[in-house]
Amino acid sequence: MSFVNNFRALYNIVMEWDRQKFIDTVARFIDYTAKRLPDDVVARLKEMADRETDERAKVMYACMLEDLDRADASSRPVCQDTGLVQFFVTVGSECKLLPLLPSALKEAVEIATSTAPLRPNAVEFPSENNTGTNTGKGVPFIEYDIVPGSDELRLTVYLQGGGSALPGRAAVFPPSVGFNGIAGFVADAMVEKGINACPPLVVGVGVAGCMATAAKLAKHAALRKIGVPSPDAEIAVLEGKLKEVLDEIAIGPQGVGGTSSVIAVNIDTACHHPSSMGVAVQFGCWAMRRGELIFGTDGVVCPTHGGFEV
Amino acid sequence: MKILHLPVTEEEVRALRVGDAVYVSGDMVTGRDRVHERVVKEGKMPETDLTGGAVFHAGPIVARDGEEYKTLAIGPTTSMRMEAFEADFIERTGVRILIGKGGMGDRTAEACRKFGAVHLMFAGGAAVLAADKVTKTYGVEWADLGMPEAMWLLHMDEFGPLIVSVDTHGGNLFETNKRLFAERKQKALKKLAEEY
Repeated sequence: MSFVNNFRALYNIVMEWDRQKFIDTVARFIDYTAKRLPDDVVARLKEMADRETDERAKVMYACMLEDLDRADASSRPVCQDTGLVQFFVTVGSECKLLPLLPSALKEAVEIATSTAPLRPNAVEFPSENNTGTNTGKGVPFIEYDIVPGSDELRLTVYLQGGGSALPGRAAVFPPSVGFNGIAGFVADAMVEKGINACPPLVVGVGVAGCMATAAKLAKHAALRKIGVPSPDAEIAVLEGKLKEVLDEIAIGPQGVGGTSSVIAVNIDTACHHPSSMGVAVQFGCWAMRRGELIFGTDGVVCPTHGGFEV
Repeated sequence: MKILHLPVTEEEVRALRVGDAVYVSGDMVTGRDRVHERVVKEGKMPETDLTGGAVFHAGPIVARDGEEYKTLAIGPTTSMRMEAFEADFIERTGVRILIGKGGMGDRTAEACRKFGAVHLMFAGGAAVLAADKVTKTYGVEWADLGMPEAMWLLHMDEFGPLIVSVDTHGGNLFETNKRLFAERKQKALKKLAEEY
C-alpha cells in the first residue's frame, strides 16, 4: 500500500513539474510574441518597404521597422495594444499535456501580463470593468482541434489588437453573388474601416455554410504563414485576384496612400448550402503578433520565431 | 526638421498645412474615449491646463518603479473614435494639437478651423519608437478609468515624425484619401467583374 502511495506522490510531483515547465514556456512565448513579430511577417514588411516609392508611405515603413528594432533591443512590446490573447490548439488525444489545458494557458497569460508587461485589455460587459489580468469570462479565447491517436500539441498564440478586430465583418449571401460579391464585401470593409486597422493588412477570408463557420475559417486564413497559398489551386488563383483588387486601391501603410494595401490575402473555404453562403473577413495589422510552438515527444520547436529559445 | 514647442500659439498652428511632417516637444497628456466623455459629457475639467497644449489619443503601457512611472509603450489609437466629442473638447480645453492614428471627421475639422487646432498622425503600432520620445511620465489624472483610459501626463522630446492630417485651412488628408480609395475600389471591382 505504501508503495502505491509513494508512486502516486512521485507521479504527482512529476506531473506538477511538467505543468510548471509548460506554463513557463507558454508564458515566455506570449511575452516574446508581444515583442517580436514572426520571421515571415518581418521579411514581407521589409520587402514591401524596399518596393515602396511614395514618400509618405516610406516615412511610415521607416517608423514601423525602427519600432521593431527598438522593441527587440529593449525587450518591450512592439505595440502598446497587446490585444486579447487567443489560442488555437491542435492537440493529440494521447498528448499528456491535454489535461493541463485550459487552466495552464490561463495561468501563462496572467504571468506574461506581468512580465512583458501586456496591457490589461479584458473588459467585462456590461459593467465595462477591466479585469486587470487579461483573463476573465471567455478570455483567453481557446479553440481546440483534437487529433485522434496523436501525442503532439501544436499551439498558436495570437495577440489581436482592437484596431485590427474592428473592421472584421461577416454576412450571409445568396451563392449567386459569386467571387465578385465576395471581393466587393472584402474591399468595402477595407476601404470603410481598414485605414484605422494599421495597414498594410493581413486579410483572412472565410467562405462556408453560415456566418459562424465562415468567421472561424476567416480567422484560420488570417493566421496562415505569409507566402503560403491555399493548397486548393482554384482558391489560390482567387487569392491572387483578390490581392490585386485590394492592392490597386493602394491604401498604403497607415492609410496614407502608397503602392499597395496588404501583406497577404488568404481564403479558407468549406462547402456552403445551395441557397446560402456565409462570407467573413478578418484583418490583421502590420504588427501581426502570431506565434506557434510544437510540443512533441522529442521536445519543443518554434517554427515562427527563429530567435525564441525553447 | 520642424519642431513645435508646447504650448503652441494659434499663429504657429495656422502656419501648418496638410502633409507637413513635424515633431512636437513639451508637456502633453493622453486622452481617449473616456477622458473625452468625462470632459464633454460629464462636464469635468482636468487639473492640468491644456491651453495651447496637445492631447495624444493613446492608451500606454506604464510601469511603476517605486514612486516613478515609466512609459514602456505608447502608440496612437484610432482618432476617429473621439470624433463625437473632439470639437467640444477643443472648445472647452483650448487644446491646439491632437495626435493620433488615422484622421478625423468634418466636425473636428470645422473646430480646428474655427479655434486654431490641428490633427497630427503618427504610425499606428510604433509604440516603442514613441515611448522612447517620452522623457518623463510625471503623473496621471483620472486613474480610476484604468491604465489605457486614464489621462497620463507626459513630457516628450522631438516626438515624430508626425504628419499633419487636418489643418486650419479646410485640408483633411484622410477624408481626401477615403474618396480616392472609394474611386479606386469601384474601378478595381469593375475590372474584376469583366473577368468573373
